[in-house]
Amino acid sequence: MNFVFLSRLKFEWFGNIRGDILAGLVVALALIPEAIAFSVIAGVDPKVGLYASFSIAVITAVVGGRPGMISAATAATAVLMVTLVRDYGLQYLLATTVLVGLIQIAAGALRLGTVMRFVSRSVMTGFVNALAILIFLAQLPELTNVPLLTYAMVAGGLAIIYLLPLVTKVVPSPLICILVLTALSLGLGLDLRTVEDMGRLPSTLPIFLLPDIPLNLETLWIILPYASAIAAVGLLESLMTAQIVDELTDTPSDKNRECVGQGVANCATGFVGGMAGCAMIGQSVINVKSGGRGRLSSLCAGVFLLIFCVGLGDWVKQIPMAALVAIMIMVSIGTFSWSSVRDLKLHPRSSSIVMLATVAVVVTTHNLAIGVLVGVLLSGIFFAGKIAQIFRLTSTLSQDGASRTYFVEGQVFFASVDGFLAAFDFKEVLETVTIDVSRAHIWDISSVAALDTVVLKFRREGAIVEIVGLNEASETIVDQLAIHDKPGALERLMAH
Amino acid sequence: MTKLMALIDGSIYSQSVCDHAVWATAGAPATVGLLHVLGRRGASSAPINFSGTLVVDGRDQLLDELASLDESQGKLTQRRGRILLDQAKARLLEAGVAEVKVRLRNGDLIETVLEFEPDTDLIVIGKRGEAADFAKLHLGSNLERVVRASGKPVLVAARAFRPIKRFLIAFDGGVSAMKAVDHIASNPLYAELECQILTVGADTPNARKQLDDAAALLRAGGLDVQAELLAGQPDMVIANRVESRGIDLLVMGAYGHSRIRSLIIGSTTTEMIRSCMIPVVLFR
Repeated sequence: MNFVFLSRLKFEWFGNIRGDILAGLVVALALIPEAIAFSVIAGVDPKVGLYASFSIAVITAVVGGRPGMISAATAATAVLMVTLVRDYGLQYLLATTVLVGLIQIAAGALRLGTVMRFVSRSVMTGFVNALAILIFLAQLPELTNVPLLTYAMVAGGLAIIYLLPLVTKVVPSPLICILVLTALSLGLGLDLRTVEDMGRLPSTLPIFLLPDIPLNLETLWIILPYASAIAAVGLLESLMTAQIVDELTDTPSDKNRECVGQGVANCATGFVGGMAGCAMIGQSVINVKSGGRGRLSSLCAGVFLLIFCVGLGDWVKQIPMAALVAIMIMVSIGTFSWSSVRDLKLHPRSSSIVMLATVAVVVTTHNLAIGVLVGVLLSGIFFAGKIAQIFRLTSTLSQDGASRTYFVEGQVFFASVDGFLAAFDFKEVLETVTIDVSRAHIWDISSVAALDTVVLKFRREGAIVEIVGLNEASETIVDQLAIHDKPGALERLMAH
Repeated sequence: MTKLMALIDGSIYSQSVCDHAVWATAGAPATVGLLHVLGRRGASSAPINFSGTLVVDGRDQLLDELASLDESQGKLTQRRGRILLDQAKARLLEAGVAEVKVRLRNGDLIETVLEFEPDTDLIVIGKRGEAADFAKLHLGSNLERVVRASGKPVLVAARAFRPIKRFLIAFDGGVSAMKAVDHIASNPLYAELECQILTVGADTPNARKQLDDAAALLRAGGLDVQAELLAGQPDMVIANRVESRGIDLLVMGAYGHSRIRSLIIGSTTTEMIRSCMIPVVLFR
């Protein structure tokens, strides 16, 4: 099997060398404005986001579970750091980043990647829409109380970004947008906010350093809530992105390895002075679109990013913020799922509610994890409600009118218990009552209790109660349906 | 009943692979599994777009675009694969093979071979495939991968099949060579053939004894054996022998050394397969 492993490794790294290197270049160019913009969101120097993007992209290329996916500093994680940075400063952020990594490694080791199957399509759509809105909202400070000229620059930038690809697809249009706007602002001597105003840029390669914080429980209690939220959001976005890349490239990925990979990347990033990040939906789509498929693309993106920033730092700091805002608006528009708005009416109402609720919760809390949690809970409730409808109670009365047989069919569980109880007629005076549950599934303790209630009620009215087929019906009550050891068990379970 | 796996692609070796497979059935009722693997889908099919932008609903658009590209390409390779397999199947049935199972699979060649291998006694593959550079006589890259990965004997087909009367066992006393001797001694396929067993190297008592033991084992299996021990460079001596004695088939242990070592000083196995213009049975 070692041989299969090697051949797969070779394919993942060198299966598409030319495409990966070119796509890595395109992604690196697009990563620079994003890394700077997300540093601004978090309230730290652009250098923190740029180091993070380099380190995360390179490390996930090696240890991640999804070749061709781009990870770096992201908006989803940056919005969660705002208060931490404001109240405690950068050193606590670095410590948090390390802790995020440790939590994610643990999640991967516990195989939590498989929990993603409970996140429904509607929740995912809600997640990307909310993310797009967050990215857009983060641009607002750059768009309010600014000179009119800024609006003109942003509009011009957007025009270049969207119109240039109609002419040529050989050069990345965000790069041209940056070049043109920077040239304009320098050439005309315009007084605009530039990247330099946002803080320090990297001037050297990242170096290893320990976060300068007191190592005690108090510190842990400060950073733990932040770290757990960031770890959860990071994993959610990473696994969701992995799924999107899976779909686009029609290749499988290892979700648990991805969790561990994200963790290792964040852990290391904390020690080189970077902020926590995760996989990026937009950049990963751009990577695939530019022809990137293998691990090399992510590695190249990180390496090129660092080369550009360190080598061209003097130029990078001249870039007007308007150019970055234009690019981030493009990312926000591209991340949003516009078809989901059109589909609101077409999709079942429960799905639409789940999607909208996810978006609403995220936009109010700025925490994608809470939004997803609400979405998952809602979809669970809606699902239970739907399944509860698969239930029927029929009955036949004996010739003499003294005994009745009830036939229970379908799913009996906590959500259908009320309907189950209401379907019996306790007013009818009977000598014997037979309840045939052999065609029902009793799923949980609620349904057992409901059955007990029914029996008791009939007894109190003086009837003799008999239950038929309880053994078959309650086969489903155990947590793990032990259907594997009996041939034909699944058919039997589904049939009755 | 013998079960063979024949690996087919679009190269001219495929016909020869079929013929060698027919020979390997030895006229007995056998099952031949014809396998053609379409390989992993590359990214080369995607149109070049370095615009680096995300348009409205770009994800869905990109998915549609990539899916339709793969679809049209997939249909083509699928149809081609079917035709190749159908031709090969017809050839095998005509030659009197009892049962031919056709398998067209997506995915990696090695993974697919390993998946079907447990149900196989012998794998037949051509010396070169579609991707090989014929002018330079380089061996197909898949050949070494299959031989290294597989636990079954591999029959490497030469460009065209010639009737096999005489075969040579290149014997170095190693584990894989012993495996080869065991296999041949008990296999009716080789019983009617003239067998030569050759050790190249210093004439030590140990080498002599190992060679005699192997020859005895073969004789016990009912073969007519000529054993020899010669000094010299193994690949040169064996190649000379093959030529001068009119050997039709070479049997040897394969890839006894690590990949790294082969990379640096070259592999005797590769050299033998390349320089002898006859089919080779490899054991590992």
